[in-house]
Amino acid sequence: MTKIIIEPNWCKSCGICVDFCPTNVLELDISGKLKVVDANACISCKLCEIRCPDLAIEIEED
Amino acid sequence: MSKLDKYLRTDQMPHFACPGCTHGTAWAAMIRSIEQLGLDKNKTVMVCAIGCAGRLPVYLDFPSIRTPHGRALSYATGVKLANPDLNVIVFMGDGDASAIGGNHLIHTARRNLDITAIVATNEIYGMTGGQYAPTTEGGRFASTAPFGMIENQLDVCKLVEGAGASFVGRGDVYHVRELKDLIASAITHKGFSLVEVFTTCPTHFGRRNNMKKPSVLVEHLKNLTVSKKQAEKMTEEEVAGKLLRGILLKEERPEYVETYDRLAGFKEEGESV
Ligand SMILES: Cc1ncc(C[n+]2csc(CCOP(=O)(O)OP(=O)(O)O)c2C)c(N)n1
Ligand code: SF4
Ligand code: SF4
Ligand code: SF4
Ligand SMILES: [Mg+2]
Repeated sequence: MTKIIIEPNWCKSCGICVDFCPTNVLELDISGKLKVVDANACISCKLCEIRCPDLAIEIEED
Repeated sequence: MSKLDKYLRTDQMPHFACPGCTHGTAWAAMIRSIEQLGLDKNKTVMVCAIGCAGRLPVYLDFPSIRTPHGRALSYATGVKLANPDLNVIVFMGDGDASAIGGNHLIHTARRNLDITAIVATNEIYGMTGGQYAPTTEGGRFASTAPFGMIENQLDVCKLVEGAGASFVGRGDVYHVRELKDLIASAITHKGFSLVEVFTTCPTHFGRRNNMKKPSVLVEHLKNLTVSKKQAEKMTEEEVAGKLLRGILLKEERPEYVETYDRLAGFKEEGESV
């Protein structure tokens, strides 16, 4: 399965990855922290990874 | 931690930019293109100057120079002439490149020196508080354009094409999949190459133009450009008002160092450099 790796110290909670994810895998929780809410829905498109301005999210396929 | 750690000064991360500032996306695409090309880190020199875009290369672990505002290309010229074996890459903001550094941009392009310039166009002076730039679209608001921008928008790509660049490309952070390859093509091109990347400044441009949310501002870039290939199939009216995206110009032309070395007798004609 695809692994979604978030670097919490680099993520600035901008929401770009959340809003452009085609399958709504990601969410900002009430405190603004980035969370994976539906890992199974990830299609490994890597849009989050390549659009993140802070190198804070990566997709690892096995 | 990131896959690109090898290229980063990880002890300095996270970088300084505001949340959702997509200068970072353009910067990351540049790093990925360097990785894709497998450039030797110690033979690749990063040159940058002032501004938010100009500050991002500071977080990269390459031999690098930070120069006065607008002068990155002049220092890059010196580096390339002193050691033509180096890959020289310049990362600049739109104000840095086309306003205060405009004259240097014109003449570096004109010489066709083998340097790659990446211009991050956010249509604003981000670092100094949101003054309009030469690249600001008509009607847009800035701290110095409270009633909307009344000047004509500068087309950086057309400017350098006219000045004599032999490679010109344009991309943006909405069509982000295309960016890495576009920058890689520019780096491998022999001669002066420029890639303009439309980025976003939510803090100053977005806030003043009713697009404060970072993703909304990125979405706005979607319809700003049309790919060169698409445009060929569209009518003139459909293309009107849009900027072209992709490789806009690529020509083989005598490169400055090669010509210089030949005239100076350093290299014979036809001899590889
Ligand atoms: C010689 C000089 N003039 C003016 C400034 C002030 N200044 C710093 S950054 C900047 C504008 C940068 O705009 P841009 O290149 O678009 O970068 P951005 O912050 O938008 O990425 C200006 C005018 C300076 N640092 N040095
Ligand atoms: S795009 Fe990057 S910085 Fe923004 S919320 Fe996602 S992981 Fe965090
Ligand atoms: S890889 Fe694609 S589908 Fe998976 S989380 Fe990222 S944007 Fe969503
Ligand atoms: S002020 Fe604008 S350009 Fe500068 S870091 Fe913030 S969002 Fe980016
Ligand atoms: Mg700018």
